[in-house]
Amino acid sequence: MSANHSPQTASQRIAWVTTVVAATLVFIFLMAPILAIVPLSFSSSTYLTYPLPGLSLRWYEDFLGSARWMNALKNSVIIGVASSMLSMALGTLASLGLAQWKSKWKPLVLAVVLSPMVVPVVITAVGVYFFFAPLGLTGNYLGLILVHTALATPFVVITVSATLQSFDMTLARAAASLGAPPLLTFRKVILPLILPGLASGALFAFATSFDEVVTVLFLAGPEQRTLPREMFSGIRENISPTITAVAVVLTVISVCMLSTLELLRRRNERLKGNAE
Amino acid sequence: MTAAFVAGADVPLKRRLKRAERARQFRALGLVLPLLAFLLFTFVVPLAGMIWKSADDWEVPQVMPQTVAALKQWNGQGLPDEAAFAALAADIRTAREAGTLAVAAKRLNYIINGYRTTLLSTGRKLKEQPAPGTAKDTLIGIAPAWGERESWTAIKSASGPVTSYYLLAAVDLTRNADGAIVAAPPDQAIYRDVFIRTFTIGFGVTALCLILGFPVAYLLANLPTGRSNLLMIFVLLPFWTSLLVRTCAWIVILQSEGIVNGSLQWLGVIDEPLRLIYNRFGVYMAMTHVLLPFMILPLYSVMRGISPAYMRAAASLGAPPTTAFLRIYLPQTIPGIGAGCLLVFILAIGYYITPALVGGAADQMISSFIAFYTTETVNWGLASALGAVLLLSTLVLALVYGKLALGRQTTGGLKN
Repeated sequence: MSANHSPQTASQRIAWVTTVVAATLVFIFLMAPILAIVPLSFSSSTYLTYPLPGLSLRWYEDFLGSARWMNALKNSVIIGVASSMLSMALGTLASLGLAQWKSKWKPLVLAVVLSPMVVPVVITAVGVYFFFAPLGLTGNYLGLILVHTALATPFVVITVSATLQSFDMTLARAAASLGAPPLLTFRKVILPLILPGLASGALFAFATSFDEVVTVLFLAGPEQRTLPREMFSGIRENISPTITAVAVVLTVISVCMLSTLELLRRRNERLKGNAE
Repeated sequence: MTAAFVAGADVPLKRRLKRAERARQFRALGLVLPLLAFLLFTFVVPLAGMIWKSADDWEVPQVMPQTVAALKQWNGQGLPDEAAFAALAADIRTAREAGTLAVAAKRLNYIINGYRTTLLSTGRKLKEQPAPGTAKDTLIGIAPAWGERESWTAIKSASGPVTSYYLLAAVDLTRNADGAIVAAPPDQAIYRDVFIRTFTIGFGVTALCLILGFPVAYLLANLPTGRSNLLMIFVLLPFWTSLLVRTCAWIVILQSEGIVNGSLQWLGVIDEPLRLIYNRFGVYMAMTHVLLPFMILPLYSVMRGISPAYMRAAASLGAPPTTAFLRIYLPQTIPGIGAGCLLVFILAIGYYITPALVGGAADQMISSFIAFYTTETVNWGLASALGAVLLLSTLVLALVYGKLALGRQTTGGLKN
């Protein structure tokens, strides 16, 4: 692969160097917010400026000691876990069905299943707010879990469907021909092989819910405020250094999720490589 | 026939296979149904409800049923008859006791500014039902507005069951007293500007993402796999970082005591801090940052599939590098450019959080007006109408995107 860009002429070399320089600048632009905010969270000063007057962990202590932030963390985890489990159950079943279902209605069903990803969240939030309010589903966990599940399911369906596509269906047929009932085939043959794909789907779902703030703005009562929701009001009012500490904690969580995804992807590719 | 089927022997294999296949299809559909039912409840019906709210005209028929019935006969010319005045007086008194008069007053105030005062003060001053034959004089005596035709056409136009008022208002149109569609008064005609602003910001962000994303995707696609996977982290890490974290970081970087202004002042380039945030510049900066990965990833996946042989062939045939790039390479990246641009544009026009936090009052996009009318002023009709227009624009673009993306199978195993 490396041979195909090895520049042959001076002008090609210039073009390649220009690309590298431009791309490097864009990489800096992409990483700038993360790089800027991490050191500030360790600052001993209340002002968010460089150079740092000294290092301290006081903003992390502030975060961990604040009932408001801890409650928000708890809410984020509760809603994230519940909605990713629910969207996993619904999304996996639907992906298994979609992989086998042949019908002229399939494109329409797919469009409906994937549409929560496309429709602007503010529209979903407004529609759900109008619909849930008379049903008593605002100001409690259940409403938020339901709407986050709806927003997360398309990611589960896409991830799991991609995994199923690479799954060799003859294995399932072999199990069936040896007398295994469908459920046993699923549990003993299909599930272990698509598990990494399911795990990626669950992570996507959790990340979607964990980062979602618009529906929380509309549906949550004061008791259900999540981390992004508290950050939203914090940024609106005045950015305190505590917010930078929260931001770093959230970034660390993102890094963990991204690394897990990458590991799962590699494992999946290795499995595919072995199968071939 | 049934016996033969149970025995299985006489039924041709072809038919049995068909039966088995049909059973399989039913089972497959059964697996999809739970999700469909769930989405129907949490997504499809709520959206349909929102669209219905943009046309639903329930306030006046519910609060003033007698007046609505009495005005059915009225042809809209001159003033309605005494019976209509009596019905209005009765409705106002009933509604005032039930505490619902303000609901109708709010609805009618959208049509004529000041209607709320007229209706509520009439409710206050109307101590008892006027004697038969005196309703007209009594009401006009309390509020002269009842002697104007427009007050009555407003009630008639709001008598439901559906109205085009909100949808027209969402595109700066209204109906005059005669029911003709005309331009809305200038103080209410703001939404076309908001839509134009939304699409302008969408185009701007898309263009910036394309300019910044193209070299990155090109570099990643042409590096050896190991190194490009490593550099991919710089694209994926921001992509996975919380939107709120990134928005917060941009405020820290760009605010007047922020990192950019601090460095520039320290270097002596500027004396006064530049205004980099809470304006259009900040919106472009933060939104481009958030949406850039959505441009890079589809571009990268298309570029990865372009064989280097084409460029070498062009070079060997004597094409200068610029010509080879413009005429051989670039056309092959069009599917990626199309998919990336559409994706970024669709996401950009629906953005709410980032403009709300880093934009000024003149940078708010359509989403923030939808949110404002839902939670602040509780004008649900207008919120729904603006939402319906945005939804329609998004769905049209998504349809185009679907055609492009499904053609390239980027949605995994979803297309047979």
